[in-house]
Parts: sequence; structure tokens; C-alpha cells
Amino acid sequence: MSLFSEILQFVFTGLTIGSIYSMVGLGFNIIYNATTIINLAQGEFVMFGGLIMVFLTVVLKFPLFVGFPLTVIVVMAIGAVFERFAIHPLRNASLLTLIIVTIAASILFRGIAMFIWGKDPYSLPPFTPGSPVMIGGAVIMLQTFWVLGTTLAIVVLTTLFFGKTIVGKAMSACSFNPMAASLMGIHVRKMILISFALSAGLGAVAGIVITPMSLMDYDRGPMLAVKGFCAAVLGGLGVGYGVVLGGFIVGLLESLTAGLIHSGFKDAVALVILLFILCFKPSGIFGSEEVSKIKKF
Amino acid sequence: MLEVRRLNSFYAAVQALKNVSISVKKGDIITIIGANGAGKTTLLKTISGLILEHDGNILYEGKSLSGLLPGEIVALGICLVPEGRQIFGHLSVLDNLKLGAYLYYDRRHKDEIRENMEKVYAIFPILKNRRRQLSGTLSGGEQQMLAIGRAMMSRPKLMMMDEPSMGLAPLMVREIFRVIQELHHDGTTILLVEQNARAALKMGVFGYVLETGEIVLQGDTKILLEDEKVKHAYLGK
Ligand SMILES: Nc1ncnc2c1ncn2[C@@H]1O[C@H](COP(=O)(O)OP(=O)(O)O)[C@@H](O)[C@H]1O
Ligand SMILES: [Mg+2]
Repeated sequence: MSLFSEILQFVFTGLTIGSIYSMVGLGFNIIYNATTIINLAQGEFVMFGGLIMVFLTVVLKFPLFVGFPLTVIVVMAIGAVFERFAIHPLRNASLLTLIIVTIAASILFRGIAMFIWGKDPYSLPPFTPGSPVMIGGAVIMLQTFWVLGTTLAIVVLTTLFFGKTIVGKAMSACSFNPMAASLMGIHVRKMILISFALSAGLGAVAGIVITPMSLMDYDRGPMLAVKGFCAAVLGGLGVGYGVVLGGFIVGLLESLTAGLIHSGFKDAVALVILLFILCFKPSGIFGSEEVSKIKKF
Repeated sequence: MLEVRRLNSFYAAVQALKNVSISVKKGDIITIIGANGAGKTTLLKTISGLILEHDGNILYEGKSLSGLLPGEIVALGICLVPEGRQIFGHLSVLDNLKLGAYLYYDRRHKDEIRENMEKVYAIFPILKNRRRQLSGTLSGGEQQMLAIGRAMMSRPKLMMMDEPSMGLAPLMVREIFRVIQELHHDGTTILLVEQNARAALKMGVFGYVLETGEIVLQGDTKILLEDEKVKHAYLGK
């Protein structure tokens, strides 16, 4: 294998894991836009997405097109229940308290998943059967295109949602100034509930499309949350396309580091990026300093 | 139009309003003056449904508002221009105005929304020029205009304003008061809360003086403007 095709291989791997980080980052974004909470249980939504999909399609033998939406709905319900029982009752708590509650939730979710599925990783068949394609000497699995396509679709949808629809703007108004949002007739608590459900659904989609490539186990969440958070901060929290580019950058650097230097450094890459960005441009590459000055958090 | 009867409002253990009764007739401008901390904001927030802990009656067109959500109260035609403007600084001027129309923002009402927006722009031409600008970068006076414009978008019959002149330059204060007059002229009933007592009393027909959560004085604004106690405490004489 030539160096060129080897690097191309790393690039495709990087883009694929970058897609997942992007989707996790976008999940952060939705809840952040509605509440300024960073939901550290976001990775667990991904994990539930993968494992519930395995249960529905491998164990219960549901076809893909039934299992996919059903899984998303179940995980959205988990997100909604989480909001109702853990976030909603604490409406007067500080932001920090709420973020710690999301950490507690992530531990609880992992416990539940381990109880149900054990510690073994599970796999799914790829969405479209067929042999990998060769591009410039690199081997690309067909599932890669599903992952990239899904990410693209989700970026476009969330950007349109927050940028163009009145409900998206109303949702962002809830975090910026909940009191003023209520005075516009926006039902703030309902918006927050919707944001948790949407974000959970998005996590589920990420988990479903990635499981055929990288398997899924109960303990996958925290690392995904860390990487997704790096992506979000790197691109600029609240900025959809920024978060996605952030995810791709983290994914690419990670894969190139693993391939060209040593795979042991892989997980450190994201943290180094995070430190750099927090030191030199805390609003992120695409976050406007103007907006971040206006925002409280 | 609006009757507040023996209202008590609380922040946890603190009672911020005691036995407050006011009455607003359709087409009036009613003025409430009072020092800092008197409870003016609390009164307006309670009417808007933002303060849940209260007893007493709030009747709007004969119907009790208690138990209604802020959005349901807005839908009835009562809107609040809150103290400190509270615009959505991360959104454009245009988006702020759109959110003002949130409760009826759909395709069916497209024409009405455009009409209302033109009304806002007619009163505040500067908002039209700045409609794509991030609203957090507007000046204080422009933000107040936007806050009023956003409230106008909700189709209010009764507009409550919490210290709209606060922190503004004298020229801008005059402009804001002119606009309030204009809104009133166009048929909106106004409940105006101010520390800028003289200007506010001159504008209203009937006034209330709020002190530490209680109404201590009320009457025609002409009489209040001549009242020795009012002159001494609020008009700087
Ligand atoms: N969120 C709050 N929690 C507790 N006390 C409050 C709160 N907001 C206002 N207060 C108290 O209620 C009283 C009335 O406040 P407010 O209605 O803001 O007065 P005004 O608008 O006339 O300046 C004050 O004593 C104030 O300290
Ligand atoms: Mg006040």
C-alpha cells in the first residue's frame, strides 16, 4: 500500500468518526440552544441508539426501515423522561447543578445498559450489503457513505431548524432569556422538553449508523461525549456548521495521529485541541465573538 | 378592562405586594409611580402570569387571569414591555419582531404579520434600516424601541410598560414618550410604570403611587401633580 493510499485511508476513517463526533456535538447544541445546559449524557443517547437498534433488528428481526424509526422514537422518549424527571423538577437550580445532574444521568444510563446488555460489544449488519469500494487504493466500506450522508442531512436539518423556523428561533430565545420568551407566549418548559427529545433522537441516529462499523457497548458514551464536546467547542457552541467542521477536524487529526504516529495518542488529540481552543479562541473557530459577548455562557 | 383587587404577591417568604387594587379602563393611560423596590415590576409581572405566588383577583374583561400561563395572557391581548428591555440579543432585529408574533406566526396570518411589521417600522423607521443587525449591538434607545415594537407585534389591547425611559438620554426619553402617546392614540390602552414621575403623570389620566408594596395614594394625575407629598417625594421639589 502506497503512502498516498494509506493517508487516504486515514482520511476516510477520520471523516467517519468525525461524523459521529459532529452528530454528538449537534446534540449538545440543541439542548444548549434551548437551555445553556451541556448535557453530558449525550453519549448515552448514542449508545442506547445502537443497542436498542440491535435488539429490535437482530433479536426481534424487525426490518431496518421499521427498526430505525422505532429506535429513534424509543430514545427520544428516554430523553423526554430524563428531562421530565431529572431536569424539570430542578428548574430553579443553578446551571452547574443541572450539568452535574446530566453526569449522574449518564452513569445511571450506563448502569441500566450494562444490566440489560452486559459488557459485550454488539454488532449490526451494514445497511446495504456489498463489498467495499476502492478509491485511490483506500478501502471504503459502504456504511461509510451512510454515516457521511446522515451527518450531512442532520446538519442541514438542524441549521434550517434554528436559522429559518420560528420554533427554532423560539427555542434559542428560551436559553437567552426565558422570562422574555414566556412574554412572547413561548412555552419555555415545553421547548426544553422538545429540545431533550430532539437531541436524544439525534444521538440515537448517530448510534444506529455507526454500530455496523464500530460495534456498540454500554460504555461507549463518555468518550463520545468528550469528543463531541471538543467538536462543539472547537467549532463554536451554538453554531451548527461550526460544530460539524469541528467534529471533522477532531476526527481527522485523531485518525492521522493514530495512523502516522501512534494509536496510543489518539484520545489525547481531542483534549489537546480543547485546551488550545479554550486558551486562544474560547468562542470557537466559527463562533462569533460578538454573539458570545452578548450571551451569558 | 383590567381590575386588580386586593392583590398580594410573594417571592418565597418575602411579600412584595400588599393588598394592591388598581383599575384600568379601556382607552386610558394609567400611570404608576414609585421608588426603586416599591413593587412596580412585581405588579406587572404578576398580571403577566410570571409570578405564581399570589392571591387576590386579577380580572381582564371580566375574566379571571389566575392560573393562566403567560402565553395565554398574551393571547388575550395583555402584553408587557419588560424592565431593562430584555430583547433577544443573539437574534436579529427582524427575528425579535417575528418572535413578538410567535402566537399567531403561521402562513394563514402572513399578511397580518407583514401589516403589523409595517406599523412597527412606521413608528420606528430605524428598526427597518437595522432589521438584519444583531439586536444586542443596538444602542439602549434602539433596544427600547425594539422591545416596544416586539410587544406591538403581539397585537396587544393593553400594553404594560415597565420603566421604558430608564437609562435613556433625554432626547430618546422624549421620543419614547411620544411613541407611547401615538400608540394610545391608535387605540391601545396603556399601563405605564415609571420612576420618571413628572413625565409619566403628565401623560396619564389617572395615577397610583406605590410605596413598599402598597398603594398609598391615587387620583387624577392633575391632582397628583399638585399634591404636596408627591411633589416632595417624586417630583424633586
Ligand atoms: N426575584 C426576587 N426574589 C426576591 N425578592 C425580590 C425579587 N424581585 C424583587 N424582589 C423584592 O420585591 C420588592 C419589589 O421589587 P420590584 O417589584 O422589582 O420593585 P420596583 O420595580 O418597584 O423597583 C423589592 O423589595 C425587591 O427586593
Ligand atoms: Mg422595577
